[in-house]
Amino acid sequence: MGVLENKFNDNIVVGSLDKFLSWSRSTSPWFFQFGLACCAIEMMATAAARHDLERIGMMPRSSPRQADVMIVAGTVTMKMALRVKKLYEQMANPKYVISMGSCATSGGPYWQHGYHVLKGVDLVVPVDVYVPGCPPRPEALIEGLLKLQQLISEERPLTRKIT
Amino acid sequence: MYRDFGTILFLIFMGIILIYAPLLIQKLLAPNDPNADKLATYECGEESEGSAWVQFNIRFYVVALIFLIFDVEVVFLFPWAVVFNELGLLAFVEMSIFLIILLLGLAYVWRRSDLDWVKYNVKYGRGRYSSLYKKSQAVKES
Repeated sequence: MGVLENKFNDNIVVGSLDKFLSWSRSTSPWFFQFGLACCAIEMMATAAARHDLERIGMMPRSSPRQADVMIVAGTVTMKMALRVKKLYEQMANPKYVISMGSCATSGGPYWQHGYHVLKGVDLVVPVDVYVPGCPPRPEALIEGLLKLQQLISEERPLTRKIT
Repeated sequence: MYRDFGTILFLIFMGIILIYAPLLIQKLLAPNDPNADKLATYECGEESEGSAWVQFNIRFYVVALIFLIFDVEVVFLFPWAVVFNELGLLAFVEMSIFLIILLLGLAYVWRRSDLDWVKYNVKYGRGRYSSLYKKSQAVKES
């Protein structure tokens, strides 16, 4: 963890700095361009001109080193699960995961007979926001992304956690 | 005069501060949580295999050098061709000399059979490769 992370008691200075930090994190979470199945088409549509994700500060990056959010868009097969895990590990902290569509969330239509499909990507990586749909429309994904931005902006990275 | 040097000193200090202050801030604020997977080379989620120190065939080097010569030649030829009408005979003669020098170079590498992947002397057993060539032919026949 960071040198100053969770080291301070809550006061006006730390609180303001905390708010500023989480605000700056939440307003530009670049997402990892990572399409696994048909949900990827909707993810591309979301990032493209009509829905224009850059107006909420998000842009696709092709390398996990530059990405903050991993959008798992589509069916996670058993073979792919290992790669998803590795790619998640290779992202820089702080990192977030959005599970997009019913396949990534629970296995979706492959729930019963899909011998090759992971029943939910949360079995390998910690998921922050689930976006339902098969596939979700771009509006639904944007709703999920705004939810994630809200989650990030409520973080207090410097303040000591009360346990 | 000394005041001018003071400006330069100030710029040097500012340059150092502007580089190291953001690095220090990120060192203090950014979470640092490395593990073996994160420090591994990014290869689209695959495990990286082998070493990145791969040897290329030395013959690619000669090909690249020859390409570079004629690449630069084209760079000089284009602006010359654009203003060819205004320059007159002198420019034509000068460019001809330039091209002849480069063509001499081409003739040289051709003669050395650097344009071929397997050199002429090696392939047909000429010069100092003759004894080696005879041996290989003998092995083939037996």
